[in-house]
Amino acid sequence: MPQTGIVFRGEIPARMTIDIFLQQLVNGLTLGAFYGLIALGYTMVYGIIGMINFAHGDIYMIGAFVALIGFVVLSTVGIASVPLAILIVLVLAMFFTACYGWAVERIAYRPLRGSPRLAPLISAIGMSIVLQNYVQIAQGARTKSLQPIVHGQYSIDVGQGAHVSVSLLQIIIIVLTVALMAGFTWVIRSTPLGRAQRATEQDATMAALLGVNVNRTISITFVIGASLAAVAGMMATLYYGVIDFYIGFIAGIKAFTAAVLGGIGSLPGAMLGGLAIGLIESFWPVFFDLAYRDVAVFGLLILVLIFRPTGLLGRPEIEKV
Amino acid sequence: MAAADRQRPPFVAMLRDSALAAVVAALLAVPLLGVRLVDNAGGLTLDYRLPLVLYAAAAVFAGRLLLSLAGHFLAPSFRDMTVSLPRMPRNSLIIVGWVLVAAAVLLPWMPFAERNLVDKLTLILIYVMLGWGLNIVVGLAGLLDLGYVAFYAIGAYAYALLSMHFGLSFWICLPLAGLMAALFGVALGFPVLRLRGDYLAIVTLGFGEIIRVVLLNWQAVTNGPNGITGIERPTLFGLSFSRAADGPTFAGFFGIEFSPVHRVYFLYYLILALALMTTLFAQRIRRLPTGRAWEALREDEIACRSLGMNPVTVKLSAFAIGASFAGLAGSFFATRQGFISPESFSFIESATILAIVVLGGMGSQIGIVLAAVLLVGLPEWFRDLSEYRMLVFGGAMVLIMLWRPQGLLSRREPTILLDPKPASAGATVP
Repeated sequence: MPQTGIVFRGEIPARMTIDIFLQQLVNGLTLGAFYGLIALGYTMVYGIIGMINFAHGDIYMIGAFVALIGFVVLSTVGIASVPLAILIVLVLAMFFTACYGWAVERIAYRPLRGSPRLAPLISAIGMSIVLQNYVQIAQGARTKSLQPIVHGQYSIDVGQGAHVSVSLLQIIIIVLTVALMAGFTWVIRSTPLGRAQRATEQDATMAALLGVNVNRTISITFVIGASLAAVAGMMATLYYGVIDFYIGFIAGIKAFTAAVLGGIGSLPGAMLGGLAIGLIESFWPVFFDLAYRDVAVFGLLILVLIFRPTGLLGRPEIEKV
Repeated sequence: MAAADRQRPPFVAMLRDSALAAVVAALLAVPLLGVRLVDNAGGLTLDYRLPLVLYAAAAVFAGRLLLSLAGHFLAPSFRDMTVSLPRMPRNSLIIVGWVLVAAAVLLPWMPFAERNLVDKLTLILIYVMLGWGLNIVVGLAGLLDLGYVAFYAIGAYAYALLSMHFGLSFWICLPLAGLMAALFGVALGFPVLRLRGDYLAIVTLGFGEIIRVVLLNWQAVTNGPNGITGIERPTLFGLSFSRAADGPTFAGFFGIEFSPVHRVYFLYYLILALALMTTLFAQRIRRLPTGRAWEALREDEIACRSLGMNPVTVKLSAFAIGASFAGLAGSFFATRQGFISPESFSFIESATILAIVVLGGMGSQIGIVLAAVLLVGLPEWFRDLSEYRMLVFGGAMVLIMLWRPQGLLSRREPTILLDPKPASAGATVP
């Protein structure tokens, strides 16, 4: 599996020194950026229509594939400038993946609005299977790998002869994620679109009565979620260099875990949850067996839900009789 | 919008709609269908297949137009038909059920029944049983469980390990495996059952993954990804179905010629009995206080609490009983295959079982049979589709849901009627 995110090779020291701590912090932040971006899509969709969008992980996978194809196309066309290539691919991946997000909502979820709660869930699981197999058939089942495009490694001296290495790509990923999240928070807080989105989230019927186009707002929510997932997909293509049609499943589950951990429906919660999952994943192998990392993630989820059933930042839901 | 469309001739709107759909289809197809990555020695190269994009767009255009036309011309005559199945009196459904049971019992004796068919039916019956078991959790108690396959896996491994290490026979292990799965159900359920629906769903999903990861990595016990081979096959009161065995063989005891078909038929009847046991149990327990408590809790938790019911024990019992049926099915699966590995217990299985329950129309026992035949049976018969099989499977899941969001047979029988006469069929107890 490509999702290691750990730079240690060979022996992993079972003790914590300052350089290992900082190193894993950097790696964890990078990983958290992926999960946070994907988790935003889950939490927005859950907030607005109250369903688990099971196909969202596969939307991320599609973003990764579009980005990979984009990079290969650009290299054959002969665009040598790396920043330009990343920018073009970013726009392309966000656009095409957003189309997929929109289409999935239009085909599989919109007709089921107002039907029993489990119907959209099954439809979403079906859509997830369709997307996985569509990519498998269209692009082949073998893993695809891309040569590293972004080079550059910085070694930071942290004293006592210890070094922490940070790659340029990690810096790009973290900066890009922070910028996107800031922009996205601004959109939700202070634009008409964001107001419509929050209004629909609180009460769709009332919002419709007050002139909000609910269907369009929901579509836009899916488009935004898918394009954020596409960014995560592009970053995964660059960072891991290896993708296949199945990466969406496990990344999706973990991102959803992040959304639940942060308190589903809460946007800062999704980011925080993503960060928490990223850090757990990067620190776990320092002490314990790498193979049981996923167990740690889900175990933590269970613990958090027992002691704080609404997640870290979720608002408690008051049931009225 | 709709009013404006109605004033114009509908065909213009249809054409515009279809053209839009075609444009979207083309956009979707361009990056993934129109370009294929090819692995070469020097890295990835591209293979442009732009005609495929055109085909996709054309197909979507035609399909969308046909659907609109069909909707325009045929809808009036269909409108009354598609609303609901005819309301059958309760007795007729029971008759249908018994006819199905009789057909299932007699089927292996029919002239057209060959080994392959019986084998596939056995597989379908496993899923029918799992569906009926999960229906106790999801349909009756209203707890969304996305990790049901974990209990199936526990049952399978429990049987495999018990028979391997202690030489216990299938019939002793069967209840033990059910018990084991129920124990795990309690262990998982105890901390998490206070959670609301979707949180519970994701925690159960996580639990399913935890079990799979542990099975994959706990080499010493489970033999990791290689799985366990040579699991003992079941016997009929000690009669083995092998050609030669230590004890008496089935063929030898009855003085008939040995045939591997005997075992296939035996397994078929075994799973049929197990599945029928599950559904009978589910139907009877609805009449007991436990089952009534499940359904009451599903409908209104607050009301139940204020009446002094303890939701934790009620939910736990549903979880444990549902899990134990998965455990039984799991040990049957292990004895049928003779080989198990974590691969057989991935999330897709949980999703399939849940889909069977929901597609069947939650709570409908016959609906679950129908859905299992559709979702498990059809893909088995269409194995020739090979790589397109799962695509069709996923697509079918979406389409059936769109077609009947309530499930195939959605009518839910009220457990208790205030008026003993079914004349007041309109006023059902919620």
